[in-house]
Amino acid sequence: MEALPMEPFLLRAIAAGLGLAVVAAPLGCFVVWQRMAYFGETVAQASLIGIALGLLLHADLTASALAVAVGVSVLLILLSRQRLVPLDSILGMLAHAALAVGVIAASLVRGPSLDLIGYLFGDIFAVSDADLIWVFGGGVVLLAALTALWQPLLAVAVHEELAAAEGIPCEWVKAAFVLLLALAIAVAMKIVGILLAIAFLIMPAVAARPLVSTPEAMALVAAAIAAVGVLAGLALSFGLDAPGGPSIVAVLAVLAGASLAATAVSTARS
Amino acid sequence: MRSLPGRSVSAAAPEPGESMARGQHHTHEARPVETLLSGRNLCFARSGRTILEAIDIDIGPRQIVTLIGPNGAGKTTLVRLLLGLAQPDHGIVRRKSGLVIGYAPQRLDIDRAIPLTVARFLKLGGASDPRNIERVLQEVGAERVAEQQLSFLSGGELQRVVLARALLRNSNLLVLDEPVRGVDYAGEAELYALIGRLRDTRGLSVLLVSHDLHVVMAKSDRVVCINRHVCCSGVPEAVARNPEYVRLFGPDAARAVAMYHHEHNHRHDLAGAPEPPHGGDAKRT
Repeated sequence: MEALPMEPFLLRAIAAGLGLAVVAAPLGCFVVWQRMAYFGETVAQASLIGIALGLLLHADLTASALAVAVGVSVLLILLSRQRLVPLDSILGMLAHAALAVGVIAASLVRGPSLDLIGYLFGDIFAVSDADLIWVFGGGVVLLAALTALWQPLLAVAVHEELAAAEGIPCEWVKAAFVLLLALAIAVAMKIVGILLAIAFLIMPAVAARPLVSTPEAMALVAAAIAAVGVLAGLALSFGLDAPGGPSIVAVLAVLAGASLAATAVSTARS
Repeated sequence: MRSLPGRSVSAAAPEPGESMARGQHHTHEARPVETLLSGRNLCFARSGRTILEAIDIDIGPRQIVTLIGPNGAGKTTLVRLLLGLAQPDHGIVRRKSGLVIGYAPQRLDIDRAIPLTVARFLKLGGASDPRNIERVLQEVGAERVAEQQLSFLSGGELQRVVLARALLRNSNLLVLDEPVRGVDYAGEAELYALIGRLRDTRGLSVLLVSHDLHVVMAKSDRVVCINRHVCCSGVPEAVARNPEYVRLFGPDAARAVAMYHHEHNHRHDLAGAPEPPHGGDAKRT
């Protein structure tokens, strides 16, 4: 491949991708630890309704997606308290119901000319300066909050009841985490799209898991893997003239798969 | 030691029997002491089903109190109320000021998705000094596992590590919910011996939850048997003879307790305690 021409749109894509990768990966570790992948998926798919609302109200799309993501998170937390229907069924139902409603709402608001694919799979090469502000502003908030909450979040992830008995306000910690997750999803949407946001969050964590023995190492290695995935994905996308978000996620999938396969082989040998 | 106003405490074994049975500790228990943790008239119901009814319970300084009862008796619920993890519908839980509780939950299934060494797990509980961690791991006999992944530990090792976490918090009360789950019989006796030692060396109080009876009871100063309400309570031998206890667990269980005490007292004799062994059946008085 020839040297990549450093056009401004490409620089913005790299900056946005790396900026998001570094904060999303540690958060993704908690999604994996807390078994919240499908929770996040539902929140992500519901944020298409937020896009439609934003288009209707001429509001900032990331802000309206964030608002809906937070609302759906609260709804899911309330629904998870009932025991009649298991949470995974509720998530399986709501994720797709929200996507269906979001697609209908978005096409009603904008008509058939709407770039639905762009919202579903991201459009990293169309990242604007306003998007960069979201990525880096949101990134700073995420990183600061995650650093401040690291100990209690980890204690709750390890054993919630033990943490509660030791005086950690578990409900508040979990609520804070869900808010951070909604923020990360809303920001990631622009880059990898609604359908790939959760994959972008958890794949680096999955890839990192076999390589590490402490939670902190997992977060750092996941961030590094995410950064590699963004750069390699963008290169792949540029070389093949393929969409950016799917290219990044495909590279991350290969990295996660390779890491797990290598572990399986080394475990089988020993 | 004050008597528990349980709902159906029988007169089969009067309280003074207690100091006879526990020669070593009766000096502590003879004078009135401030309870560390107590529950009064605790009631708890969920979905219209009564789980706990008018439970009274006290844990005094340096006491090992064992909570027993059949499955579904509400033992874990009572522990959750005492720990403040759930709120009673009626009644009140009182904690002595400055009380620090070290809790070992019934199940400590640590997800292998979280990479976590024993040392890191202990730091999560608030310990920061590595020398302190090393010392406490030694105290509970788990010094070899400090750098191991938590998910690879055996049941007995895991229980010791959880004990270490509780000790590192400078707890004055340990609450152990079925601490021997997943531990083999020899390990079980060892773990109870360790708990007894911790009480003696550190002056801790212990609230044990168990459904296996004989080993636990031998180490207990006081047994509270519940089945939604307090069926009976008192020193182990008294509870074992109580008709309510016999009705719940059967005469074999009651004899097993007495048998165990027989052996237990023998051991005390060899160690120099002036307690004569008594018969296998409960005809001591």
